Amino acid sequence: MARPQSRPLSPHLSIWKWGPHMLVSILHRVTGVGLAIVGALGLVWWLFAAASGPDAYARFIACATSIPGYIVMIGLTWAFTEHLFSGLRHFVLDTGAGYELKTNKAWAVFIPIGSVMATAAIWLYIFMGSI
Amino acid sequence: MGTGTRLGRVRGLGSARAGTHHWLNQRVTAVGNLILVIWLVVSALRLPGLDHEMVVNWLAQPLVAVPMILMLINVFYHLRLGLQVVIEDYVHDDALKFGAILLLNFYAIGAAALGIFAVARIAFTGGAA
Repeated sequence: MARPQSRPLSPHLSIWKWGPHMLVSILHRVTGVGLAIVGALGLVWWLFAAASGPDAYARFIACATSIPGYIVMIGLTWAFTEHLFSGLRHFVLDTGAGYELKTNKAWAVFIPIGSVMATAAIWLYIFMGSI
Repeated sequence: MGTGTRLGRVRGLGSARAGTHHWLNQRVTAVGNLILVIWLVVSALRLPGLDHEMVVNWLAQPLVAVPMILMLINVFYHLRLGLQVVIEDYVHDDALKFGAILLLNFYAIGAAALGIFAVARIAFTGGAA
């Protein structure tokens, strides 16, 4: 593309000071991609292993309950809650509400904290139940 | 929506000839996911265990198999729409973009079909012996 270098660009990523709303925005995308690939394939693997019989299912469970398996499952739980909470925020923003600077920042700060807390709560429930 | 022919304004599609439908379906499937994925997480947590027999007997029930199939359709539809936007944002080469979106369609439809078949097999046979 022959584009003159001297023409001004509109304000872009690098000139903005980072804020919580930007973190939540990019995390929504990152967690979405992670869920879409790792989460969806894991779900299909689980269902397919269950349909294939006890041996295939045992192999799935062996992988899922290994240390890397737990790391992936806990990571997916966090990705899901993060994507869920920021998705709910998107619903509110879609209606045109929640753009006041303080309100917007407050919800953007809450979402990563809330998703970590929800992930911790879910896994505490699982580990407490298995003791 | 200030430009274009009257018919174009009614259709509300704009110069890209698409977008509103994509955007709206992303929201519709998001609401569907909200209900269906929370249903899956809560149900899985409430099962006494996740061993093969338990999971197969659980999945074989109609009121589990049907929401599970709906969830698979909804999840893969939602992720197809979402990943399409990611590809469009970051892949600028036309041929690469076309190829990536083609692969995305194959992935979404293929993996969804695999999951739906697995649930249907369990539901119709009561699980593999």
